[in-house]
Amino acid sequence: MSTETSGISGTSGTPAAPSGPAPAGFLRRALRQKRFAFGFTVTVLVVLFAVVAPFFAPYGEKETAGPPYAKDGVFGTDYLGQDVLSRVMHGGQSVLAISVLATLLGMVVGVLIGVVAAYAGGWWDEVIMRLNDVLLAFPQILLALVVLTALENPASWVIILLIGASHAPRVARVSRGVALGIVSRDFVVAAEALGEKRSRIILAEVLPNMTGPLLAEAGLRLTYSIGVVAALGFLGFAADPGAANWGQMMNENRLGLQTQPWAVMAPVLVIAIFTIATNLMADGLAQISQRGDD
Amino acid sequence: MATTTPDAGQGHEVRATTGLIIEDLGVSLTGREVDVVDDIDLVLKPGEVVGLVGESGSGKTTVGTSLLNYSRAGAFISSGKVLLEDRDVLKMHWKEVRKLRGEEIAYVPQDPASALNPSIRIGKQLVELQQLRGIGTSESRLQAARDGLAEVGLPTDDEFLKRYAHQLSGGQVQRVALAMAFLPKPKVLVLDEPTTGLDVTTQKMVLDTMAELCRAYGVSALYVTHDLAVVANIADRVAVMYAGQIAELGPRDTIFANPAHPYTRALLDSIPHLSQARALKGIPGRTPSPGRRPDGCRFNDRCAFVVDRCRQEVPELRTVAPEHEARCHRVGEIGTWDINLGTVPDADPEKPRDVILSVERLDVFYGRKHVVHDVSFNLAKGEVVALVGESGSGKTTISRSVGGLHKDWTGDITFEGRRLANSARRRSADDRRRMQYIFQNPYLSLNPRLSIEQIIKRPMELFGLAKGKEATERVVELMGQVALGSQMLHYPASRLSGGERQRVAIARALAAEPDVMICDEITSALDVSVQGSIVELLEGLRLERGISMLFVTHNLALVRSIAARVEILQAGRVVEAGSVVTVMDTPQQDYTRKLLSNSPRID
Repeated sequence: MSTETSGISGTSGTPAAPSGPAPAGFLRRALRQKRFAFGFTVTVLVVLFAVVAPFFAPYGEKETAGPPYAKDGVFGTDYLGQDVLSRVMHGGQSVLAISVLATLLGMVVGVLIGVVAAYAGGWWDEVIMRLNDVLLAFPQILLALVVLTALENPASWVIILLIGASHAPRVARVSRGVALGIVSRDFVVAAEALGEKRSRIILAEVLPNMTGPLLAEAGLRLTYSIGVVAALGFLGFAADPGAANWGQMMNENRLGLQTQPWAVMAPVLVIAIFTIATNLMADGLAQISQRGDD
Repeated sequence: MATTTPDAGQGHEVRATTGLIIEDLGVSLTGREVDVVDDIDLVLKPGEVVGLVGESGSGKTTVGTSLLNYSRAGAFISSGKVLLEDRDVLKMHWKEVRKLRGEEIAYVPQDPASALNPSIRIGKQLVELQQLRGIGTSESRLQAARDGLAEVGLPTDDEFLKRYAHQLSGGQVQRVALAMAFLPKPKVLVLDEPTTGLDVTTQKMVLDTMAELCRAYGVSALYVTHDLAVVANIADRVAVMYAGQIAELGPRDTIFANPAHPYTRALLDSIPHLSQARALKGIPGRTPSPGRRPDGCRFNDRCAFVVDRCRQEVPELRTVAPEHEARCHRVGEIGTWDINLGTVPDADPEKPRDVILSVERLDVFYGRKHVVHDVSFNLAKGEVVALVGESGSGKTTISRSVGGLHKDWTGDITFEGRRLANSARRRSADDRRRMQYIFQNPYLSLNPRLSIEQIIKRPMELFGLAKGKEATERVVELMGQVALGSQMLHYPASRLSGGERQRVAIARALAAEPDVMICDEITSALDVSVQGSIVELLEGLRLERGISMLFVTHNLALVRSIAARVEILQAGRVVEAGSVVTVMDTPQQDYTRKLLSNSPRID
């Protein structure tokens, strides 16, 4: 147990940034857990790879390196004769950036909906959550597909918005469940009796007690985001059709799967490693938050 | 050691048993060289009820389950013997132990509702138990089940046998658990706080049933509890545990009249009596957890009689008188003890009253359900009014309505002549500040993510009483008043013990500089010694600051020591009200008399 749970000891104001990072003690405890430590390390490595690799790539993103489906270079070339290794190195950034931003958006919106529903209770809760259920009934990728087919050359922010929006109802459900167990506790009632503002009760009393489960959910959502972004890329909906993109690469090269499997396998492997790692991380966080709550 | 039970019950088969002998029992934590309990020597004679008393963390439950050769995960039985008819339970093969559990040594858990299977009918569970143990024939089992239920005073008709556990009341469930424990005719019974959480009336019924059965069948019982008053009513002998050791052991009357160990004395000083108001005293400090226990005598850091020797040498259990032993170096030196030293005069019923809060014709609803009917009472300045009743009497509902936490009520609640709005939110900030609510469970009422400083400071900031550095100074001052060290300023609430948390909750209420505090069962989740110190603290605050308190409780003895006036509630109605002395010495209503006679008493 650490003495200083977070750096919020002295002057006050709003204690504990609402949806910010969990207290330091939590992270330190988490790193002691093998599952989390492994997932975390691999995630960081993949992210680093995506950020740094473009600078070391032997060929440019759209540069032709030889004949199509040739065995040149480490992983050979793809359907246009571009170097697969370079494409993989270039193709991570946009996928990861879009996934992370979409996850953040989905988390913020979803948590707000869920916590407000749980805290308001009664009619509000019913109305919000039933509407939420309607949204939940659609498969996650459907909304994105509907909008994207209507647009030509969608901008990245549209994709972020769409994926974020498709996460929100799912996150809302989870966070409402977590919040329900907290809003009925006496310290929330005590804050009400003191006449605290409702917004402050949600931000300062309820949310800090949800960080554990919410972090776990965020990890899981990130995994799904990557899946959806890759799937959209595979289906041909990407911000820039010519750019390298792990998802798109699978689609482009699937015809040559037999002659040049690496063109498909390389992006698949990176995505697989990354999703497994983020999942392990999420899982570890969930376990710790379950064990270490007060 | 072979004794035969005296001729007890009529018509019961009286068996010859030798009781149970515990020798040098020790339980340690796995992986660390830390003992949870050690050096436990205890004999349970046939037909005898031994009360094992201790506060939380004293290891009493660990001792209880060790008799069945069971220790919870993370701990193991490291030494000693548990001899049942010359067989050592701790050395048995697990198959034998399994057979022995329930059949020869039975266990009644604290929460029987979770011990009974919720999806099997009561009758079936009683029959199944006998099938499992191979008792009787298929025809006789149902009859045996009925007989078992009859013994514990429950109905035996088919309708009752067909019920599920959730269709029974708490007392009934506990008696079914007792019937199940007695069905295989065990020789030893371990009861782990079986009446905690039951109302006094049901508690009395369960205790009487248990004591009767034990004596009738010659069963030795170990009754594990934190409640000295209960022990005073049912036990033949009492063992007081502290920090994993038996601090004092002796016949019941000796323990309550002539306690030799300073801990026992301090415990007795901290419990309220029904017959007389007492100035309750707590024990300073907190019970050390395994691994943090001091050298020498384990009580030395909290003891009023401590000398250097106590810090260096570990005391042995010494015989004070025949059958009476105490683990203290200074047994003969610390003089005698008199329970009456703590006695104070009852609150004066003639004292003039200056009413600050009055409740008139209060009716409270939960949806369509009408739970409180036409309740009227008032509270004077610097006065404590107790709302007393069994569970479901509406006492907490009333206090929540007064505090504005429950909105669905009609009637008038006036504070200094102003009528208060139904919900706290619609009351003025000043009214909210001047009336503070303290909750029953300190584990739920403090935000575990905030530091003590933040928790106590918040009301000051909210009501604009102080801020910044000045507020921090006030926090430290308040923490001093509720006997918390200022080193705890930055602790998160989750690091504190129950008693410390409740002090923080009180300090938070005080931070708002209230005129009225509503205390909702604020001591019922705490150990008696902690309860004693909280009551001591509240009494001090009342005298010093003239704070009025609405004190909700189910404990009549506590009322006598803390309140001036009392409202006895039953099913949402006030059945009797008046000054504490009048109501408790000359009760007018049957219900009040019943409550008083069922409450366990020490005096």
